[in-house]
Amino acid sequence: MTPGERLSHWARLYGPPLLAFSAALAAWEAIVRINAIPPYVLPAPSLVAATLASDRAILLPALMTTLWTTIEALALAVIGGAGLAILFAQWKWVERSFLPFAIVLQVTPIIAIAPLLLIYLDASSAVLVCAFLVAFFPILSNTALGLASADKNLVDLFALYRASRWQTLTLLRLPAALPYFLGGLRIGGGLALIGAIAAELAAGASGKSAGLAFRIVEAGYRLNIPRMFAALTLVSLAGVAIFAALSALSAFIVGRGRGSGAQ
Amino acid sequence: MLQEVKPRVLVSLRGVGKTFAPGGEALAGVDLEVRAGEFVSLLGPSGCGKSTVLRLVAGLETASAGTISRGFDDVGAAVGFVFQEPTLMPWANVFDNVYLPLRLRGQTRAGAKTPVREALALVGLSGSAEAFPRELSGGMRMRVSIARALVLRPLLLLMDEPFAALDEMTRSRLNDDLLRLQAELGATVVFVTHSVFESVYLSSRIAVMGANPGRIIAEIEPAGGVERDERFRLSAAYARCCEKVSAALRGSGAGEASI
Repeated sequence: MTPGERLSHWARLYGPPLLAFSAALAAWEAIVRINAIPPYVLPAPSLVAATLASDRAILLPALMTTLWTTIEALALAVIGGAGLAILFAQWKWVERSFLPFAIVLQVTPIIAIAPLLLIYLDASSAVLVCAFLVAFFPILSNTALGLASADKNLVDLFALYRASRWQTLTLLRLPAALPYFLGGLRIGGGLALIGAIAAELAAGASGKSAGLAFRIVEAGYRLNIPRMFAALTLVSLAGVAIFAALSALSAFIVGRGRGSGAQ
Repeated sequence: MLQEVKPRVLVSLRGVGKTFAPGGEALAGVDLEVRAGEFVSLLGPSGCGKSTVLRLVAGLETASAGTISRGFDDVGAAVGFVFQEPTLMPWANVFDNVYLPLRLRGQTRAGAKTPVREALALVGLSGSAEAFPRELSGGMRMRVSIARALVLRPLLLLMDEPFAALDEMTRSRLNDDLLRLQAELGATVVFVTHSVFESVYLSSRIAVMGANPGRIIAEIEPAGGVERDERFRLSAAYARCCEKVSAALRGSGAGEASI
């Protein structure tokens, strides 16, 4: 592709969503200005952007706290979820014994567990555990599904050639599970952020290591609506960034040859 | 007086039965002997247990009744299996797919280079070692699958309707290639099909199967010693044999034979 072609390709691809988004922001700005809506009811996007810049000393450390908690929780969920799924695939009795626990944890709303965790743990550990719990299940269930999805005929072929359990796991089941695992990872990444935010809301006050959700609550108490919007913008951007990073990671890992995964 | 010396028996099934669920008899009283160098087709309607016979021979199922004896010890080394689908690993390229049987037996990648290249050359895919399965056509994928089954130079090649999903042209080309391979390697083939024409074209012996329960109802030997080529497909002997096999299938009362 020539540079010109590439430019028009990008314009076709990203032009419409960018345009729609800018139009929405412009409409918001216009409505606020024309109706002279006071900032404590609805701040204009320009004011939100200005607040982001002026309050960066408060908001950026909060963003880092929340983001770091999310990443830590996601890493733990990957180790725990994928590891447990591999154990499940090796021994059926492990799956039968421990799957109910995982399901109970999954179906119990995290916001209901958070107050209890806050009694047992300090605030930042409780937030981490909450984020871990919500990210854990999709990774576990997707990986378990992927490990079980290996082509039945290939399983027979491995049996015919007297493959060991380890060979069947590493050469067949893990590669077959990879796309499923990556799907679970993308879901888990988004959920880890939600879990962290929910736990921060439940934790309420939290001195030095305050996350974005705490800053939103705090700004709400002070009726600092523009800062609430600014913090909310950062939460959204963090979610988008996590999703984009994980999507890029799966595209990189899956690479050539895999394509849709199916033959 | 000269006695005919028969090649050795590779696999023999005596009174073999297979029951999957209580009351669900898939096979009953199957007697079959496969000798070295033969091309035996198992022909029958869907659900008559053709594939089950193949899986029993491969040791992927165990018989509920009767005995199966094999003229070799190491089933993994002696048997190559080709499924109805190419059954390739989509994440691995052609070389790695064909390398798999050697890899499972502890062969290093460097040591496997020669046998893998030879197997790919046999099926005419020397230039595609680096390609991934999704980049290949259906016929080429099936060739990779056959190369994988041949890479250990098996005594016995088991094929479960391998060409059923392919178009007529590809199928006829692969039929000819399969016969050439068998002649070159001196392999023994057990081939499951539901096509009368395919079975007559390929086989030295056809075991016609009936359903409910699955059993062998007739064994027919198509004209021996005749070159299998386009002329054979158009010959009267071929047509007569197809007719005979079709009649045997109809006699099974197991519905229409497919083409």
